[in-house]
Amino acid sequence: MRPFDYRRAEDARSAVAALDERPDAMYLGGGTNLVDLMRLGVASPEMLVDVTRISSSAIEESADGGLLIGAGVRNSDLACDPLVRLRHPMLAESVLAGASGQIRNMATVGGNLLQRTRCSYFQDISKPCNKRQPGSGCPAREGDHRNLAIIGHSSDCVATHPSDMAVALAALGAIVHVEGRRGSRTVPMPGLHRLPGDEPDRDTVLEAGDLITAVEVPALSFATRSHYRKVRDRASFAFAVVSVAAALDVADGVVRDCRIALGGVAHVPWRAEIAEEALRGSAATATEFTRAADLELAQARPLRDNGFKVPLARNVLVRTLIDLTEAS
Amino acid sequence: MTTAAIPYVGSTMDRIEGPEKVTGRARYAFEHSPQDLAYAVPVPATIARGEVRSIDIDAVVQLPGVIAAIWHGNAPRLSTPENAELAVLQSPRVAYRGQYIAVVVAETLQDAREAARRLRVEYDAEPHDVELRVDHPGMYRPDQVNPFYPTDTEMGDPDSAFAAAPIVVDATYSTPAEHNNPMEPHATVALWDGDGLTLYDSTQGASTIRDTLAPLFGLPPENLRVISPHVGGGFGSKINPMPSVVVAALAAKQVGRPVKLSVTRQQMFAVTGYRTPTIQRVRLGADADGRLTTIVHEAFEQSSRIYEFAEQTTTPTRVMYAAPNRRTSHRLVRLDVPTPTYMRAPGEAPGMFALESAMDELAVAGKIDPVELRIRNEPAADPESGLPFSSRNLVACLREGARRFGWADRDPAPGVRRRGRWLIGTGVASSTYPTYRRPSQASARCDPDGMFTVRIAASDIGTGARTALTQIAADTLRTSPGRVRVEIGDSAMPSAIMAGGSMGTASWGTAVVRACQSLAEELDRRYGEVPAAGLETSADTTEEIDAQQRFSRHAFGAQFAEVAVDSDSGETRVLRLLGGFAAGRIINPKTARSQFIGGMTMGLSMALLEESIMDDEFGDYLNHDFAQYHIAACADVRDIDAFWIEEDDPHLNPMGSKGVGEIGIVGTAAAVANAVYHATGVRIRDLPITLDKLVR
Repeated sequence: MRPFDYRRAEDARSAVAALDERPDAMYLGGGTNLVDLMRLGVASPEMLVDVTRISSSAIEESADGGLLIGAGVRNSDLACDPLVRLRHPMLAESVLAGASGQIRNMATVGGNLLQRTRCSYFQDISKPCNKRQPGSGCPAREGDHRNLAIIGHSSDCVATHPSDMAVALAALGAIVHVEGRRGSRTVPMPGLHRLPGDEPDRDTVLEAGDLITAVEVPALSFATRSHYRKVRDRASFAFAVVSVAAALDVADGVVRDCRIALGGVAHVPWRAEIAEEALRGSAATATEFTRAADLELAQARPLRDNGFKVPLARNVLVRTLIDLTEAS
Repeated sequence: MTTAAIPYVGSTMDRIEGPEKVTGRARYAFEHSPQDLAYAVPVPATIARGEVRSIDIDAVVQLPGVIAAIWHGNAPRLSTPENAELAVLQSPRVAYRGQYIAVVVAETLQDAREAARRLRVEYDAEPHDVELRVDHPGMYRPDQVNPFYPTDTEMGDPDSAFAAAPIVVDATYSTPAEHNNPMEPHATVALWDGDGLTLYDSTQGASTIRDTLAPLFGLPPENLRVISPHVGGGFGSKINPMPSVVVAALAAKQVGRPVKLSVTRQQMFAVTGYRTPTIQRVRLGADADGRLTTIVHEAFEQSSRIYEFAEQTTTPTRVMYAAPNRRTSHRLVRLDVPTPTYMRAPGEAPGMFALESAMDELAVAGKIDPVELRIRNEPAADPESGLPFSSRNLVACLREGARRFGWADRDPAPGVRRRGRWLIGTGVASSTYPTYRRPSQASARCDPDGMFTVRIAASDIGTGARTALTQIAADTLRTSPGRVRVEIGDSAMPSAIMAGGSMGTASWGTAVVRACQSLAEELDRRYGEVPAAGLETSADTTEEIDAQQRFSRHAFGAQFAEVAVDSDSGETRVLRLLGGFAAGRIINPKTARSQFIGGMTMGLSMALLEESIMDDEFGDYLNHDFAQYHIAACADVRDIDAFWIEEDDPHLNPMGSKGVGEIGIVGTAAAVANAVYHATGVRIRDLPITLDKLVR
């Protein structure tokens, strides 16, 4: 173990100032991913700035019916919040589908968004990885990539983003509140996370020292009819092979509006904009759902061993939309 | 003595050390901390084949807290072991990625880890070959397979019989490498005192570790003491000493201080053994009634360059079903991979996946109920050796299991039962495990206060062995378990076979019975009077076991599974598992049930989840932690139950018991795979049954 300094930040400004002063420092939330990465030698910050005390752990209702979720809210508290469960069931479901009870009790909303990929090569410092060590290569492309990306990957990186919660938030168009060196700003989701391109070491558009302070979920009346469906190899405590977050507004057999995002398929929580566009105004039928799913997945470029994710994503997306239609 | 009058054997008894374990008072190997302790962290090779050219020791010994860095250039010399895996730090050769090439010793674990991570190693790497395939030019016929079976067997003319059979199956199955992964990692505290070495070690056999390591360090066996009162599981990976225990002892010798070492979970995927991957071809031929005319079972497996571990994959096929024509074989290839080892039911677990899947395929091909098919092929005696079975109740397990499971109304048509989006199916498979017994010694003592002490270097790896031996001793001494203290887990006690091969209780129990019988006789002679110095007797079962009559001794069982397969995602969930076993007399119903359902859980895990993924480019098992190597979670195990058929078998041992540790895992994977076929119409011949193999 490498020795490191630990400081507990008093407020967001001083936390940002601390990182400004020490570029080798990192923020510490629940630590459920960062501490693992430190043990593995993947992350080796010289200082940890603990932000769990300063980040708001409140879930507040905004005037228009949206929610403002403090970055320090623990995953378990988010999942069991009555307003979240009532208005955005897919968000509560996505959190409960992730990790284990113990981890959800520790993990924070801000930290959950900033999880690193669980690609085997990224986590093994004895092997090359462009995300961990830019320019060293990507062994996953020819090696084991069964559970890696099918959409939006690059020659440098085929990693997927591991968060379940982020998929629901991407579908809901959440707005991430950020405190940075130049003050506060907001970053809309999707848009927080980025595709790997030739800079796979950058998971998000955040800059050095940026601190997520809250996540705003805008009001979306039909999100009361939403669902998160996670496909995984093991019945619990496994990352998604593919997941779907969807909200559907159906009237008289016609899709008035919808929100769809896919997990486990890309370097980002993948907002299915093509499918959404295809569905708006179309009949709420299995045929139309399949057509929309196929249009979205036409951009998939599966690797040697993960082609199964294309029919898998199509099947579970179609099924999720059928279930939401039947529930309405 | 007769076994009929025994009151404690056969009754449920809570685990004696349970309260100690749940309150944290039971001390495991790593929790022993002699004075002046130092910590050792071994360094794994990052090439799969080649030589260590140099290691920059000097840079590391400057780091804070570092006491020594040891590699083959400065390590104490060891005698040449039979298993080259134990010749740790004796040569620059690297035989597989992850093999230990150095060890750092420091004042704290943190210092040692950091120094180990910073150690700069230069290699002369050579191209490696880590891929098991049937047509590998290096495939050869080992002289025998574990533990002492012939490599190949043949009777009649299996090929002609196959060609002539009206119903045939010819299929190839594969099982992946799997890692044992006991909850407690391999850990050792090594302490030298002059020419004496004490090891607090997490092991399945204190005597085995002593007998293997004493010559390695040039010690007479009595100078090496292995202490392991509590062991957090082993599943076969702690039967033989692993390189880590040698490293600990060697490091302690070098620095002249006690040294503590625990293998990390990640390193356990390289240096503590695993189940070999297998490729198996099975050919079955049967007449129109489903009576087998021929059985051919060929297995292809791997071992490392440095040690031949030849798993006995097709040996269960030699005892399962009657057929006049038959052949079994094993072929092995030596690759640049770690050495495989025993993993719960080595041989039987992968072998019976293939045979019992093929039997299901035969049932489908012949339109015969799979339970009935197995009953029709029940042999009158051991089909290959011709020996009578000491007892065999496979048919009873199948029939009673079918009754309890609700098999009678089963529609054999595949892919037709739906519950919402789930496809439902059921499957059955047979199970078997040999009933071994090996010589052991034990002592029994009575003190004037009326307390009895039984000592044997047995090992309780979580099975309940200590409790079972207490029951056995109490019955033999005609006293209550509360007056018997059974001491185990110390090589200074009478020498015993390790906890492996499901033979611990049978082997140790025999020695305990004999020692207690002599003590009871001695007490009778003295009219119950115990001298002030106490009274002690001992027993050695070597002659008794060498003289035992020849029988084919095996436990049998039947496994039933109900599965649901998601028609959209291919996710398979096991809704119900029922295992029925005939394993002699059950000594402790509570701990035996835990063994059965524990084995079945591991079998479920083998069926759906467990797979160590070899990385061809780097030559190591890639998914080396519990986030990536999936073991069944609680949510995967829903309705699981076991029952047993009591057997009265006089040809086993004084208790009339067969082992229960491993049979639970045998056949489970086939029962699940057969149920998946029944649910979906898709036959999965390659484990594990992951969703990518089923999604359409």
